[in-house]
Amino acid sequence: MDAQPAIELRGLGRRYGERAALDDVTVTVPTGATLVVFGPNGAGKSTLLRVLATLLRPQEGTATVLGEPLPDRDWAVRGRVGLLAHEALLYRDLSARENLRFHARLHKLPAARIEELLERTRLAGRADDPVRTLSRGLLQRVAVCRTVLHDPPLLLLDEPRANLDPAAAELIEPLIGRASGRTRVITSHDPAGGLAEADLALGLRDGRVALLAPAGELDAGAIEELYR
Amino acid sequence: MKENGTRLRWPRGHLRHPMRPSMALLRKDLLLERRAPEAVPAMLLFTVTTFVLFHFGLGRDEVAGRLAAGVLLVTLLFAAILGINRLFVSEQEEGGFDGVLLAPIDRTALFVAKACALFLFLALVELVAVAAFSILLLGPSPWPALPGLILVLALLNVALAVVGTLVSALAIRTRARDLIVPIVALPMLVPALIAAARASAPLLAADGAGALPTKWLAVLALYDLVFGLLAYAVFDFLLED
Repeated sequence: MDAQPAIELRGLGRRYGERAALDDVTVTVPTGATLVVFGPNGAGKSTLLRVLATLLRPQEGTATVLGEPLPDRDWAVRGRVGLLAHEALLYRDLSARENLRFHARLHKLPAARIEELLERTRLAGRADDPVRTLSRGLLQRVAVCRTVLHDPPLLLLDEPRANLDPAAAELIEPLIGRASGRTRVITSHDPAGGLAEADLALGLRDGRVALLAPAGELDAGAIEELYR
Repeated sequence: MKENGTRLRWPRGHLRHPMRPSMALLRKDLLLERRAPEAVPAMLLFTVTTFVLFHFGLGRDEVAGRLAAGVLLVTLLFAAILGINRLFVSEQEEGGFDGVLLAPIDRTALFVAKACALFLFLALVELVAVAAFSILLLGPSPWPALPGLILVLALLNVALAVVGTLVSALAIRTRARDLIVPIVALPMLVPALIAAARASAPLLAADGAGALPTKWLAVLALYDLVFGLLAYAVFDFLLED
């Protein structure tokens, strides 16, 4: 892991109108480490990912991502993060290959990268079907391809294995798992599975930090407490 | 930090060349419209239906001059509103907006692409609309007026594309998108409509196509320039959360 942290948040706050979605969040994620974010629905997990992805501006505190302060240098972060959100961020009437080709053009990447990912995720046989005809699991695999297409050093993954069967989850592991070597921020509702993946665990409740500790110091019971 | 042995990079300067990503965005929009036609068929159907309604509503087989220019251009303006309403729908409804905003591109590339797409959609509609208008309503022969009319419509399309893209980006994040587009865009487009109508009226005169009034063409071109620069300058801010 590098000396410079990949993510450094100090007193981060973000509001939607009167409601604080994130309030005084302070956390540091070393480069190459995995932060898993737990918390009940509405706790602020997705908002945190969107702030880190530069899609939402921080309103309080400071946020530094990949060495760049947000929002002042958010343009320097774009293209260096891969966001796997609840929505696939794909055009439903285009095929998987067309969607990936479009994103490859935006990132100025060679077409060979698309074929490589389609092969690795075993999507080549359905690559020319409109994504609206794909099952949720196949759609998630295409979304994973889009997320890692530009080989970003930071992955922001919102429940990345949702809708995936065990074989498909194994298939994407080299792309978004620990073996990818990337810094990762993952949201999860699975205490045991999440802790197994984490270097650092963050628990959010009502937008505030309710728990922050190295994963090795926690057990699943401590995470389950967040949901009570 | 390597998944595949080599780290992929986009070349330096990619951020400074909005035309390259604009082309990618435009190709995507044209492909989507070809794959699942929405905007162009709706605009076409609206235009032809409106001409039929004017045909019967006015109780005349033939119109000319300022009346002809008014009927043609107001119909095209309302048809454009349909296209403007749909301009960012694929981005908003399918989450593509975030995908584009995450890319290392100048966000004005999105403005350029959307404006070009709307311009092309309008040009396509006008190919049919002018023919239908000539058959259903126009008294004098359209052929002598055609070169001048193409110029006027091209300048009007630039105005519609620029203002339309700006307003569509403003409206897409609101719940009342369908209401906001006409309420905001139509008043903004009044000067362009006046200039286009004044420029095209002599072309459609009953006693044959007159000279193209360059003064009104210049007004229309100036409108395009001013609103083009304005839209280019503020578009980035419209995409902020």
